Amino acid sequence: MAGVRPGTGIAIAPPGGKWATRFSATRRALRKNPNMAVGFAILIVVSASALFATQIDRWEPGFLNVADRLEAPSATHWFGTDNTGRDIYSRTLHGGRVSLLVGLSVAVLVTASGMLIGLVSGYYRRLDMFIQRFMDAIMSFPTLLLALALIAMLGSSIENVIIVITIVDTPRMVRLVRAQVLSLRDQPFVEAARAVGAPVSRVLLLHVAPNTLAPVMVQATFIFASAMLVEAALSFLGLGIPPDQASWGNILALGRTFFQQAFWIAFFPGLVLSISVLSINLVGDGLRDALDPKLAHRG
Amino acid sequence: MQGYIVRRVLLAIPVFLAVSVITFSLMQLAPGDPAAILLGGDFIEFATEEDIRQAREALGVDRPAVVQYLDWFTGFFRGDLGTSLFTGKPVSELVGHRIETTVSVVLFSLFIAIALGIPLGVLAAWKANSWLDRGVMVFAVVGFAIPVFWLAFNLIWLFSLKLGWFPVFGFVSITDNVGEFFHHLALPAAALATAFIALIARMTRSSMLEVLSEDYIRTARAKGLGERVVLARHALRNASMPVVTVIGLSFATVVTGSVLTETVFGLPGMGRLFVGAVADRDFPVIQGLMMIFAGAYVFLNLAVDIVYAYLDPRVTY
Repeated sequence: MAGVRPGTGIAIAPPGGKWATRFSATRRALRKNPNMAVGFAILIVVSASALFATQIDRWEPGFLNVADRLEAPSATHWFGTDNTGRDIYSRTLHGGRVSLLVGLSVAVLVTASGMLIGLVSGYYRRLDMFIQRFMDAIMSFPTLLLALALIAMLGSSIENVIIVITIVDTPRMVRLVRAQVLSLRDQPFVEAARAVGAPVSRVLLLHVAPNTLAPVMVQATFIFASAMLVEAALSFLGLGIPPDQASWGNILALGRTFFQQAFWIAFFPGLVLSISVLSINLVGDGLRDALDPKLAHRG
Repeated sequence: MQGYIVRRVLLAIPVFLAVSVITFSLMQLAPGDPAAILLGGDFIEFATEEDIRQAREALGVDRPAVVQYLDWFTGFFRGDLGTSLFTGKPVSELVGHRIETTVSVVLFSLFIAIALGIPLGVLAAWKANSWLDRGVMVFAVVGFAIPVFWLAFNLIWLFSLKLGWFPVFGFVSITDNVGEFFHHLALPAAALATAFIALIARMTRSSMLEVLSEDYIRTARAKGLGERVVLARHALRNASMPVVTVIGLSFATVVTGSVLTETVFGLPGMGRLFVGAVADRDFPVIQGLMMIFAGAYVFLNLAVDIVYAYLDPRVTY
């Protein structure tokens, strides 16, 4: 069965191996969609600068230099300094680690939990009713408010921020996976798997789950971006990442206090955050168009 | 039609119940003795067993969880949202003072978003692949990625600090001075609306593109109707369904944005009340506000679905 889409009997992978196919498919998608290529390029630059923050920063991100406090952007301090003379450029680089870590962790965790709950919910009709009302309820809360309330319960830390945003974003993935499962569960290849006596777990994981992956990947990309925004919002309100750790939201929160004297404190991390979110969304749009040609003409 | 409305209402009830259970559980699941949370963490160190017992009794947290829940939940229908632990005031009173600000910001920005987003989307679809279309799409993609609080900073910097056109902070009630009300609200509403102009324009465009290729549009044009009538009466009406859905669903997101906008612009609204309550772990206030916002969302989407059924007679479930 390897490489053959169950039920259709059509080989989808040539002998070269599926990774080779995916690679060339990716290249083709990038050529056809320059926006996505731009998004990818920006994302690589942002990730690399976060990853190599210690190599390319110009100051220690926590280095207090009171003599240089609230300095405007200059050759020594590219993005200026804050009220304790810390270098905003270096702090922005290091803050990128937190933002990307939170975004990536949430995307992975939401995909895992959303797949699991969505598969079960779509397959077992009795549980479905119960799970869906619960998901509807979670989605009825404004994202940030529910995240804040959960933070009030758990306390602020980077782990809790990740957990909280995962809880808040999971229903979006559950809905998507469930809808896919509902349309797949009566397909001949799933019926065939059931008919030969495969246990439910095998049917779901081996036959149903792989066929939901394309939209799931697209959704995971958008969740990556929105998780970064929620993290920044939580930290901006002083209830996300603890203030001693540099994060884009934290720097922005400080920038709010000194906004009238030193707009650069808030300006640069916000700009980098916007560009990062934009690039991830562009990749997501491109992926959606590439994976679902039916939607390609839609905005 | 009536059957549909009844079914739709019946579907909203379990969601609302689940909302209340989740909200109530927040405090039940919070680590630590509820009395300790309610009285502040320091209290517990100096309190005797008897003090704690009395505190628990006074707060009613010594009763079984189910009884507490029912008491709390039915309180909503009596207008009793509980009492703030921090200020000792009824939550309904705290909310009452702040509701005008939040409702004003949310409604004003929704109005801007709809008033600009739909025409932009229609124009972009009508002139598909023109420079206008590209411009709208670039705005839609960029506008959606910019965090509202950062956009708010930039608007304040440009329009308040550099140009001096608008005040930096504050809110004036519409009953006090209508001109100042809009003057103070313009920037917050613009900041909050941007992402939704983007979203609505994009949704309208893609929905219009689909409709504009339909046969009945060609027929309408062939029988000599003006473009304005074709777009507004024939195309937009049929393209409006997904747009209405997006507007309904974005309510929760607008509220999220309003929490941030109120913080940046120093507006005395429910969002700031909520943020303050989270910082103080003032659970009755948190719970009261969550029920209000989630309840409004459930109700609004119920309304959207019913509007939907009027717009499109084909809708039946």
